[in-house]
Parts: sequence; C-alpha cells; structure tokens
Amino acid sequence: MRLELEKRSEHSKAMAILSPLLAIALTVIFGAFLFASLGINPLKGLYAYFIEPLTAGWSLEELAVKATPLVLIGCGLSVCYLSNNWNIGAEGQFTMGAVFGCVFPIVFYEWESPLTLPAMLIFGILGGMAWAAIPAFLKTRFGTNEILTSLMLVYVAQLFLDWLVRGPWRDPDGFNFPESRLFSDATILPNLAEGRMHWGTIFAIVVVLVMAVMLAKSLKGFEIRVLGQAPRAGRFAGFSQKRMVWFAFLLSGGLAGLAGISEVSGTVGQLTPVISPGYGFTAIIVAFLGRLNPIGVLLAGLLLALSYLGGEAAQVQLGTSDKTTRVFQGMLLFFVLACDTLILYRIRFRRASAPAAGGRSA
Amino acid sequence: MSEAEAILLTIITAATPLLLAAIGELVVERSGVLNLGVEGMMIVGAVAGFAGAHATGSTTAGVLAALVAGVVMAALFGFLTLQLVTNQVATGLALTLLGLGLSGMIGEAFIGEPGQDLPQLAIPGLSDLPLIGPLLFGQDALVYLSVALVFFVSWLLFKSRYGLIIRAVGNNHTSAHALGYSVIRVRFLCVLFGGACAGLAGGYLSLAYTPQWIEGMTAGRGWIALALVVFASWRPQRIALGAYLFGAVTILQFHAQAYGIAIPSQFLSALPYIATVVVLVIISRNRDLTRANTPACLAQPFVPDR
Amino acid sequence: MSGGGELLLEARDIVKQFGEVKANDHVNFQINKGEIHALLGENGAGKSTLVKILYGALAPNAGQILWQGKPVTINNPGKARDLGIGMVFQHFSLFDALNVVENIALALSAKEDLGALAEKVRIVSAEYGLPLDPYAIVADLSVGERQRIEIVRCLLQEPTLLIMDEPTSVLTPQEADQLFETLKRLTQEGCAILYISHRLEEVKNLCHNATILRHGKVVGSCDPQLETPATLARMMVGAEIDIVKSSDNQANVGQTRLALNDLSLSQDGPFSVALKNVNLDVQAGELVAIAGIAGNGQSELFDALSGERRAAKQSAIVVDQQEFGQKGISERRKAGVAFVPEERLGHGAVPGMLLSENVILTRHADDADIVSGGMVRTGHAEQMEKDIKTRFDVRMSHDNPEARALSGGNLQKFVVGRELLRNPGVLIVNQPTWGVDAGAAAVIRQALIDLARSGSAVLVLSQDLDEIFEIADRIAVISRGQLSEAEPAVDMTREKIGLLMGGLGEKPEADSHAA
Repeated sequence: MRLELEKRSEHSKAMAILSPLLAIALTVIFGAFLFASLGINPLKGLYAYFIEPLTAGWSLEELAVKATPLVLIGCGLSVCYLSNNWNIGAEGQFTMGAVFGCVFPIVFYEWESPLTLPAMLIFGILGGMAWAAIPAFLKTRFGTNEILTSLMLVYVAQLFLDWLVRGPWRDPDGFNFPESRLFSDATILPNLAEGRMHWGTIFAIVVVLVMAVMLAKSLKGFEIRVLGQAPRAGRFAGFSQKRMVWFAFLLSGGLAGLAGISEVSGTVGQLTPVISPGYGFTAIIVAFLGRLNPIGVLLAGLLLALSYLGGEAAQVQLGTSDKTTRVFQGMLLFFVLACDTLILYRIRFRRASAPAAGGRSA
Repeated sequence: MSEAEAILLTIITAATPLLLAAIGELVVERSGVLNLGVEGMMIVGAVAGFAGAHATGSTTAGVLAALVAGVVMAALFGFLTLQLVTNQVATGLALTLLGLGLSGMIGEAFIGEPGQDLPQLAIPGLSDLPLIGPLLFGQDALVYLSVALVFFVSWLLFKSRYGLIIRAVGNNHTSAHALGYSVIRVRFLCVLFGGACAGLAGGYLSLAYTPQWIEGMTAGRGWIALALVVFASWRPQRIALGAYLFGAVTILQFHAQAYGIAIPSQFLSALPYIATVVVLVIISRNRDLTRANTPACLAQPFVPDR
Repeated sequence: MSGGGELLLEARDIVKQFGEVKANDHVNFQINKGEIHALLGENGAGKSTLVKILYGALAPNAGQILWQGKPVTINNPGKARDLGIGMVFQHFSLFDALNVVENIALALSAKEDLGALAEKVRIVSAEYGLPLDPYAIVADLSVGERQRIEIVRCLLQEPTLLIMDEPTSVLTPQEADQLFETLKRLTQEGCAILYISHRLEEVKNLCHNATILRHGKVVGSCDPQLETPATLARMMVGAEIDIVKSSDNQANVGQTRLALNDLSLSQDGPFSVALKNVNLDVQAGELVAIAGIAGNGQSELFDALSGERRAAKQSAIVVDQQEFGQKGISERRKAGVAFVPEERLGHGAVPGMLLSENVILTRHADDADIVSGGMVRTGHAEQMEKDIKTRFDVRMSHDNPEARALSGGNLQKFVVGRELLRNPGVLIVNQPTWGVDAGAAAVIRQALIDLARSGSAVLVLSQDLDEIFEIADRIAVISRGQLSEAEPAVDMTREKIGLLMGGLGEKPEADSHAA
C-alpha cells in the first residue's frame, strides 16, 4: 500500500480543531499498548495517569503549578514558531531568568522591601531576555542558525547554575549541600490558596489573554504571521525580518525568564542545581499541541502538566518509571505533527500492486 | 604509555562518536533533509547497544542493536517528514524528546550495571610500534569504521552515480522528480543511513567511551554533530577535521583539571558548547560560502504531483 | 517541407484529474514522424499536463498511449527516454549546484563514465551550434545556455520525439531564430517535435500541424500555415478577445512623476544581478514598459523601486519631486506609489492567508481605516476585498478564500486590483500577466492603460513583447542590469529590442561583450 497526499485548496478548519484531539486519542491508545508491554493493566495505567490527578483539590492546584511555566514559555515559543524563529533554548532562558532574579534573595538577601519581589521578577525577565538575545544577535548579525546556538546555550546556562549553587551561592549554613540559602518571605511569590498555587498562575493567565488579543487583532500579530509564512511578502508589506527576530526572541526569552523566577520564588524557595524537569523542552510540545495559539497553549499546558502529575502518581501506585512521562510527551508531539498534515492535505492510500494508470485501459 | 600518547588516544575516543553521527547526518542533509533528531537517535542507540551487549554478553550484538535502534528511530522520522511532509525542524525535535524519554525508560534497569568494553582490534606487529602503534592500530572496530566511513562517503557522494543522484535530489527536488527519480525513496534511504550512523555513535558511547549506561549520556553530542556538518560546509573530509578538533576541546577540559588549573570544572565542561557556538558564528560570517554549499532543498517540504 | 510521415505516437482518451479539476478530459492526439506539431492553448488549458503524461512524469487516470502502433505504458521518464522521447522543460529540470556533464548524466539511463560523456557533450553541442563547456557550473550560466543543456541532454539520447515546452519564452528573438534552425535540422533527421507555445506568430512559421486545447479538451486541429494569428487565437480562447484600447496620448503627457537618476545596486549573493546607473523618467499620463529576458535585473530593479532594497543615494529615486532612494516601502506607499511584484504567491500575497488579510498586507501603513492604534479593523478589510472582487471580476468558489485557492489569473486580478483601488499616482508592475489566461490578461492590460490615461505614471516590466507593443507608450530594454534609453513604441521593432536584449545597449566600459 502506498500513501499519497493530495493538497487541499485551503486549510481545513475542521481538521485544525480535530487534529490535536486526534493526536491525544492516538497517544492514549499507544499509551495503553505501552502499559500493556510493561505488564500493567492499560486501563489502570491510564486512569492513574490522566484521571486520578484530577480528583483531588490539592492536585488541581498542583496541576496549575506545573502548567504555569509550561503556559508562560509555550506562549512565547508560539510567537517564535509562528514567525519562523526556532528558539529551542527556552530551558536555558528559564534557568538564566531564575539566576538573574535570585540575585536579590541570595546576594542582597538583607534587602527586604515591598519592591524586592517586583525587582526579582523584572530581573528574571531581563535574564531570560539576555540569554535569548545571544542567538537573536548572532542570527541577525551573522546569519548563524538559531536552532543550534539557542540549544547550546541551554547546556551553558545549566552548567552556570550548577557552578553558582556549588560555589559562590552555596548556602553557608547548608552543610555543604549544593543549594542556595532559603529565600526570605519578602522574596517568595505569595500563594493563592492553601496549596502551592502561586501568583505565577495569574501571570500566565494574563499573558495568555494579552497574547491572544495581540495575535488575533493587532497589526503586530498580523506581522508575526506574515513574516512566518512568507518572509518575502512580509518585506513587501514593509515589515522587518530582523526586528521580528529580536521581538520573538526577547518576548519568548522574557516569558521563559519570568517562568523561571516564578518557579524558583513561588514553588521551590531556593536555588538548586536542577530547577526544572525539562519545562523549556516540554513547552515546545505545548506550543505545537496548542496550535501556536495562546488559548490552545493554555489547554495544552494543562494537559502536559497532567502528564507530569500522572507520571508521579503512576510511579507511586504502579511502580512505573517517571521516564514514562517523557515517552508520553514525545509520542504526543509526534502524533500532533503527523495529524497536522491533515489540515493541509487529504491522505489517500493506493495499492502498490496496481498497474500504473497509464496502462489501465490497455 | 606517554602523556602525549594518552591525550591523543582520548582525543580519538572523544571524536569518534561525533564523527560517526556527523558523517551520517552529512549524507542526510546532502539529500535535502534536516534531521535534528540526531541526539535522540544517538541516545536510543546508546541504550540499545548497552542492552544488546548486556543481554547476549556480546559487544558485537550490542553494536548491531545500536545500529538497528538508530535505523528504527530514523524510519519514524522519515515516515513523518517524507510521507506526511511534517515540518522537519519540529519533527527532529520530537525525535530527540522521544528518544531521551524512551532511553530513560528502557535504561532504568541498567543504571549502575557493569558494562562491557568493545575489544581493541590489535593488528599483530603494527600495534606494537611506538607511539603510532596503539594510536593507529590498536583501536576498536568502531574507530576504524568511523574513519572508513569518511572515505566511503566521499567516494559515494563525489565518485558514484548514487552520490550524484543524492546531490541532485538535495539541490532541486522538482527537477529530480521531473527526470524520474523517486525523491522520497532516495531521501528515505539517506535518512536510514543517517540513523544507522547515529545509532552506532550512541553504541560507541555506551560500549567504548564509558562502557556503562548513564542517563542522558549523549550530553548534546548529537547537536554538536549537527553543528559539525555546518562547520564542514557539507564536505566529508572537513567533518573528520572538525570531529577531531572537537574531540580535542572535550579532552582539554579533563587534562586541564588534571593539571590543577584553577578554573571551575563547570566552565571547562561548557567549553565544547561554547566552542560550537563560536565555530557556527565563524562559519556563518562567510555568507556566500554557506549559501553556495548548503543543499538548496535543505528542510524544504516535497510533495510529488502524480 | 511537409511533415507527412507515418504515425509515431498516438494518445487516446487521456483523462487526468487534479482534485475537482479535469486537466485533461478525453484528449486524443497524434503526431507523425518528422513533423513539428504545435500544441496550442491558454494557460491552464492542459498542455503541460498532456506532455508530462507523454513523458511519464504524470500518470493519467485513464487512457492509452500507442508508440509506433503498439500500446505502451510510460510510467516514468526513464521509460519515455528508453522509447526515444526527450523533453525540454519550460522551467528547466536542471541542478544549479552541479556542472553541465553531471546534469546531462542524470538524464541518461545508461551509466556512462563522466569523462567520456563530457567529450560527447562537447562534440554534439558543437555539431548543432549549441556550444557548451561540460565542466561549467549551471548556476553561472545564462538562461539561454541553460536551455542548451536541456536540448543537448535530449540530443544525446538520439530522440525520435522531442517535446519542447514554451522554449522561446526565455530567448531573445535572435536566439529563438537559432533554435528554429536546430529544430528544422532535427526534423530533417527524422525526429518529430511536439512544440508547446502560445506565441502564435512563431507557431504559424514553424509548425506543420497544430492541436488546440481548451479547458482540458481538444477543440480542434489545423494546419497553422493556413491560419492567421487571429484565427488561431480565436480557436484557443473560444471567443473574441477584447482588443485593448490604447488611445494615443502624446498630447496628455504631463510632468515627470517618477524619475530614476543613476540608480545602482550591488550584487546581492551569487545568483543576483547588479544594477548599473539606471536612468528613466515616467511622465503623468504615460505607460513605459521595460523589456528584457528573465534574470537581467528585473527583480532587482523592482526591489529597488519598491524599497525592499535601498539605493545608495536618496536622489536615485524621485517621485513627484520627493526623494525616496533610501526610504522604505511604506513611506513610498504613503506618497502614492503602488507595486505589483512578479511572484503572486509568497511575494504579492501570502498563500495561506485570506484575501481580506492580503488586503491588509499592502494597505496597513497608509490607510487609517484598516489599522488604527495598532489594531487591525477586519471588517473594513473584508469590505475592500468585496470591492476588489466586484470591480475587477475576481472569481472565487466562496467569499474571501485563502489566496492560494484562486487560479493564477484571478489572483493576479486581485493583486493588481488591490493596488488600483487606491488610485496610485505611480504604479510599478513586474510581469503583469505572467501565466494569466487571455481574458484576465486583457482586463489587467486595459486597467493599466486606463490608470495611465487618468494622469498616473505606470511602469511595467515585462518579458512578453506582444504585451509591450500592445500597451506601452515608450519602451526601454534591460540587459545585465543596464537600462537602454526609453524610446517611443512606434519607433521600436522586435529586431531592435532583440539586439538590445542581447546587450547592444550596454555601455562598453561596463562590459566588453557589448559589441
């Protein structure tokens, strides 16, 4: 059997909505196979993964905690990918955001004022921006491929953080553990409820709303889409590709930085060598599953946050590895990309054994 | 063994996985496909190689398992990008994320398990020569293979008709299709070749470089291999040069530490990544050179009309 | 000389469907040995589809092909070549990064040593008066030289049928004459030639027989030597085409609205052409056309005019006494200049965006009704889309589709209409009717003339000499980045333009090739 694509004359609006759902369904089906192959009852496995975490109040809050960085980063990455800028180093920008913001609670820990927290957040955003500015500069100035540079900087950022918490920023009273001092109350992002949900969630919701309006209604949003789809037409419209590279990288870097400082200040309360279970990479999946649309990113962020929670739950209940989560996430992105084909193409199957059409009537 | 000898030996060991992965990706990109999933194929190759050797007790079986694992991952990528015409950049990322997840899951059982070391293929007489003996004739099979692949790929691309077709497909898929070449089939085979090479590169890591399974043990080498292809401006000999250069940078950090140079180890570990960025910048500064050498159809989608 | 011979190839009831469109609808067609047979039809009539089927590049949905009386299945181009069918593609099937021999080797089924092949290429190309350096890289060659590679590639296979898709569209009149000599010689050697063209004059002079396609169907066949271009055109289009009305306007010409003063642009990358001291004035009420073979600096000139690339001096481009050489495209639009680029999809319009969004593309800077306070007013853009649609008869299957859903002709009407709707003082159009059906082309040409007569300055870059003679008041020729003096159309002949295209107008100090 041979597979052939037939181009649709226009994007299928129905498929644009169906494709992510189809991808989720396929992931669930393959997930069931995965559980079966691990010797786990598939239904039990899927329940533990995707339903159980939604049944308790505390875990709903936990869901928000995990979704917050994913949504913040995912929104920024959506702008990048819509404008055809391949920033895949959000993990590094997240890390540097956390590092920059933590200058206050760790170095200037004696400064406690109502301004400390805002200053931390601003520094977090600036840190992410600064780290994203490097690939943006190299791309606009020298034409260097941003995919590789942004990714390489992830490793550099992680090693930098590692050095800080094992070296100059190590807690002097921390028994030599590679951790920073604990943050004082003035530098901790306030909680919103009894659980661990914090102000970062509010930031995420505001960002989603602002970005949704920007992308759908503003000239900037139009510019982003035009330059991403047809750079030549963008130039013809009078838009600058270079400025868009800067815009996309600074915006996504800033949002990743905000996510980083919010995570450290709201969830962890100190700096440790590893501050993220790969949020910066998972957010890539969030962006694509959300169809590069802020509202979609919000929903996709919740789903992928669920996969983290489910992974933890399944580890406890079923004894599966927490790595299963990442398999799920990877599969999901694969299926999303495959299903997106249906938006632009119809798929036809042809039997390979059929004679070529030229001789059919002979 | 002298100090210099030891350093040179470790450079070869550090360069081989980069060389294997990059030479495969070179062929893939020459055919017009950008597979950013090298890191993913490599790490799955690493875990499969370890598992294969662990299960059978044979490193040969391990190497084969690594190769097959790389090919399977590449097939997945090829099906999506070539048959379903998905975005190559995004699909490559997906392959890496999936590969990292899968390898972590499969490898959980092997953490801390003792590994097996790929045997050195000593050539009697030659291996005993001073200095060059162990360097040139005391290596394991994958080191020899990596060097042989450089020559093979040069021959394939520039001397054989297959190579002419590969370059043609990468330069202009519409023309190649109009002349009757199956663009998708040519590209699929190249992608599989790239997968095999990346799988072997991973296998080398878990069977020779550090003969055990460590989660995430590729540590960005797949990405560095991708950068090497750009650095080499798509030429096989320059890939070899680049790989050994990077091998040297990697090794430098260990020896610098051994000499007690007072630089934090993290900064030294960051060297290969920073070097990658620097090298990419140097190469891309010469825009005419990169533009003239880049396969014109790189990462462009192709849907044949019938 | 007559082409009567035995039957070489026959196609019976060929059907080819793309989605809902029947590109070939039960096409029957015959060609004899040693004849030059024209395949005539408008853009989209199904000519290219038919020849691609004959060459094995497309598979028909139904139908039969007989080669020398025997049914054959041509399921790939290699099979066609084995039968003795060669094809010269309109947009060439060459590989820029490879050299001439490599390009030729790729089209030969036999696995031949490249060194021996290079020698053969040298001999055959010299023999037919098509000199080629076997080791030249294609990217460095001119369009005419590239076509030679395609032809030599076919000749080496000693074809019995040679298919040529619009071969003269990229040649100067003189180069075309040379090609005709080669073709005639081939037919004397017994080779049949299937010749696709929409240039009726050359079909009439060259071909023995003609088959005419319209909307995918064969609508007739004739001996073109017994017809006039007008009768051929009627058969192609199926109706009389409105003759474009161009009143003499010498009396109405007003002040200079667009002036180019020593406009130069450096080469931008290995495949681009540098502009050298281009000078030109376009007056109010006048339509000036720039003729030239593709790739002689037209797109660079357009980019400089639109501001997509900036000139070195501010004074290089003057519109209504204001200097714009280094200003951006939005500022030029605000000054009343409008632009229509050559590429509709991807340059003039974003393929995956709605037509109303494509209105915003060129209107966001100078129309406060479309964008205010940084926000886009979609409703207004949709209204403008409707206006363009009715005023310029843009046909679409449903309202406000994505740009790529439109046919070439309709999208061109939309892209031109979008700019005309704002009544530009200066309009610059690159290839206004390239790949557009005759009906739409007539509408567009008339609109350009009407705009000029209303007091605007119109500058058209075109490769189509028929079009240029139909609409232009004055004609200049661009050749390797240099522009000849614009002269009144009545004083220009095809021969003169042909010589200028070949470099006669170039300044000797800039290039010694000018003689």
